[in-house]
Amino acid sequence: MFIEALNAYIDPIKPVDKAIITHAHADHAKPNHNKVLATKDTINIMKIRYGENCAKKFQAIEYGEKININGLGITLYPAGHILGSAQVLLENKKNKVLITGDYKTKSDDTAQSFELVKTETLITEATFGLPIFKHPEPAEEIEKLLSSIKLFTNKCHIVGAYALGKAQRVISLLRKKGYDDIIYLHGAIEKITNYYLQRGIKLGKLKKVTKDDVHNLKGKIVIAPPSALKDKWVRKFPDVRYCLASGWMIIKQRVKQSKIELPLVISDHADWNELTNTILNSKAKKIWLTHGRTDALEYWCKKNNLNAMALYLKRDD
Amino acid sequence: MRKFSILLKQLIFCPSNIEKTKVIIDYLNDVDIEEAGYTVAALTNNLKFKHIKAYKVKQIIKSKVDSTLFDLSYDYVGDLADTISLIWNKKPKNSHKKYSFLEIITILNSNDLDLEKFVTDFLNNNNLDERWAFIKLLLGGFRIGASATFIKNTLAEYGRKNKDDIEKVWNGLSPPYLNLLKWLKDEGGYPKINLNETFHTMMLANSFDLNKDANKISPENHIAEYKWDGIRVQVLCENNTIKLYSRTGENISSSFPEITFNSRELVVLDGELLAGKNFIPQSFGELQKRINKKKPSKKLLDETSVFIRLYDILFFEGKDIRNENLIVRKQKLENFYSKYLLNNKFDISEIIPFSNFQQLEKIYKSLYKSKFKEGLMLKRKLSLYISGRKKNLWLKWKRAPKYIDAILMYAQRGHGKRSSFYSDFTFGVFDNNNIVPIAKAYSGYSDEELVKLDRFVRENTITSFGPVREVNKKLVVELAFDSMQKSNRHKSGIALRFPRFHRIRWDKPVNETLLLNEIKSEFIN
Repeated sequence: MFIEALNAYIDPIKPVDKAIITHAHADHAKPNHNKVLATKDTINIMKIRYGENCAKKFQAIEYGEKININGLGITLYPAGHILGSAQVLLENKKNKVLITGDYKTKSDDTAQSFELVKTETLITEATFGLPIFKHPEPAEEIEKLLSSIKLFTNKCHIVGAYALGKAQRVISLLRKKGYDDIIYLHGAIEKITNYYLQRGIKLGKLKKVTKDDVHNLKGKIVIAPPSALKDKWVRKFPDVRYCLASGWMIIKQRVKQSKIELPLVISDHADWNELTNTILNSKAKKIWLTHGRTDALEYWCKKNNLNAMALYLKRDD
Repeated sequence: MRKFSILLKQLIFCPSNIEKTKVIIDYLNDVDIEEAGYTVAALTNNLKFKHIKAYKVKQIIKSKVDSTLFDLSYDYVGDLADTISLIWNKKPKNSHKKYSFLEIITILNSNDLDLEKFVTDFLNNNNLDERWAFIKLLLGGFRIGASATFIKNTLAEYGRKNKDDIEKVWNGLSPPYLNLLKWLKDEGGYPKINLNETFHTMMLANSFDLNKDANKISPENHIAEYKWDGIRVQVLCENNTIKLYSRTGENISSSFPEITFNSRELVVLDGELLAGKNFIPQSFGELQKRINKKKPSKKLLDETSVFIRLYDILFFEGKDIRNENLIVRKQKLENFYSKYLLNNKFDISEIIPFSNFQQLEKIYKSLYKSKFKEGLMLKRKLSLYISGRKKNLWLKWKRAPKYIDAILMYAQRGHGKRSSFYSDFTFGVFDNNNIVPIAKAYSGYSDEELVKLDRFVRENTITSFGPVREVNKKLVVELAFDSMQKSNRHKSGIALRFPRFHRIRWDKPVNETLLLNEIKSEFIN
């Protein structure tokens, strides 16, 4: 997404001169930009993932701190999606545009809480932009995992969760429910999790899973990236119960297709109600929709007399 | 309804058949017999409510929620039960009366059902999983990974009974299968059924394996027949009324009104329906013109004649002779034929004389170019007529396959044990400079080859569409298939019957494979 007045891109997928990065997920934060503007956490995580020199210059700003470039004010607000995730508010005397980036309004002990920002133009994500998506309470979902461990005492529960954000949130939710056993981590999750620990987020006893562990994990929980569940990696565990923490898991046919035995409907994106409430509460007069199932949201906006259009991001821009 | 919804949910989330069996047996032990029976009916797709149609249910839902949002959601989800249960946005009230599973069945069957009110009330007062199970119950088509055969096997295990005995009476029973369940629980005798109204599940053959089975075949113990390329049918006649069933038990009598004969006492025959006049068969393609035409026109009847080539007899003069051996049954078939069937719609499948296996093999090889003979059937003389695919009794020796080289295009992950492997493959051949898909194959390779194929896919992926990976077009596989037909439905214009792996040609460059045109001219006559 290109902002002409700034000569800068938001979450560009190719290296550019000036980039504003909303959060450090790989499809939003790419390496090798010239200058990167983002929150401190986002920059730190990018450095962990891509190396200290993954951009020539970093500029970290605080949430709510306004900076001015070319007469345009830029402010980052917490998006509640993952640690360091931000919404971007661009404003001049005449106009206000808010880009939500990926967000959720539900509470999450591992991310800064979402802050509602009033704006004139709202550019919102639409990942779960269908009325079938209503995420249940995460605590209820975690309860399912805990009862499964009690029921299937000889199975190793491998929980698929994105390495950045979801994994730590699942761990934190487990701890909140009083689970105090060691939680095992797939190698790809370790580094990021260490950063969360450094940031003072309490995650309890953790251990990277090793070859020697795989036969001693009956009734234990292993957190792994979703892709690892389909990978050769899982073949070394003798008796596995496959779990996946994702908003998509609300569709039972999806669960069956992905061969998941225990779906945990835990999402870091806004569901239908959060999306529509945020649109209404932002008081925006113009709504642009991007990332996901935009057609239903666009229809809903128009039905509620809101000026809306889907924004298609070009793959090559 | 709660228990039923938990059962469905456990089944859909459970990839292991052993665990599924356990889940079902636990359920059957838990609920009362009538509830168990209706659940068995639902899961085997035998529970139909005559007043309820999917379009009506959809209409009702669309009048209660935003219909555009419903369409967009259904389009995305692809499963009606998932969509309806999720889009329904009322929080259930606990105060409301909850109907039991059996009350729901009774209401759905009643003639004065107010479908709209009932569906709306149910959805309003039940949680997500119950709503989902309710819509599945209403409309059937469960798609929860438990087939009817699987359920029947589970019933056999539940009652510690022989599954052939379940199969023998199954088609004559109806929901809620109380007599069957009582027998399974040793609370009643073997169920009695109305024989003349019932399709008797057919006996099927296993594949002949030249290496393993050749030395078991002898003229003393076996008879040989041709395997004709038509559709297998069962003919029932009593009181001069005839019924014709397909292999799956579908009543197809109305499609073939010319098949008639008279017998007062119950007769059940097993044979192959073929297109052709004067017992000279035509290709399967001719027969296809008649299949699924419920009311064939006179013109079609004149143009495409059919006849039945008889293999076997199950009931004769009102008596069940399935427990007689094949030789006795063939004798009775002859007796019956000479007495009743002197018309031009039936003949008897010839028995091929042979004195040693080498002779059979010669005949088998001569079938390579036949249009109507699919192969040989080798049947044990002492075989009883047992429903299903019993081992070591009947063997089908299908015509030698044909082979083509094809290029690997797409791969998808498999199921169960193969779920972490790319094991389902799409192949194509060159048509000018493009590669067009011609077949999907997911069998015929060894476990070691699968590991290598899996690695090849992972290392050569170009793009992925959902679960499907497109690979670099550089691996050639020699596919075996039974026959090739023209097809308008496929982009390539051809369809292969039963394609499977023969050899992986790691060595062969893709530009040395035959072109689509060349393949067509070689295999389609």
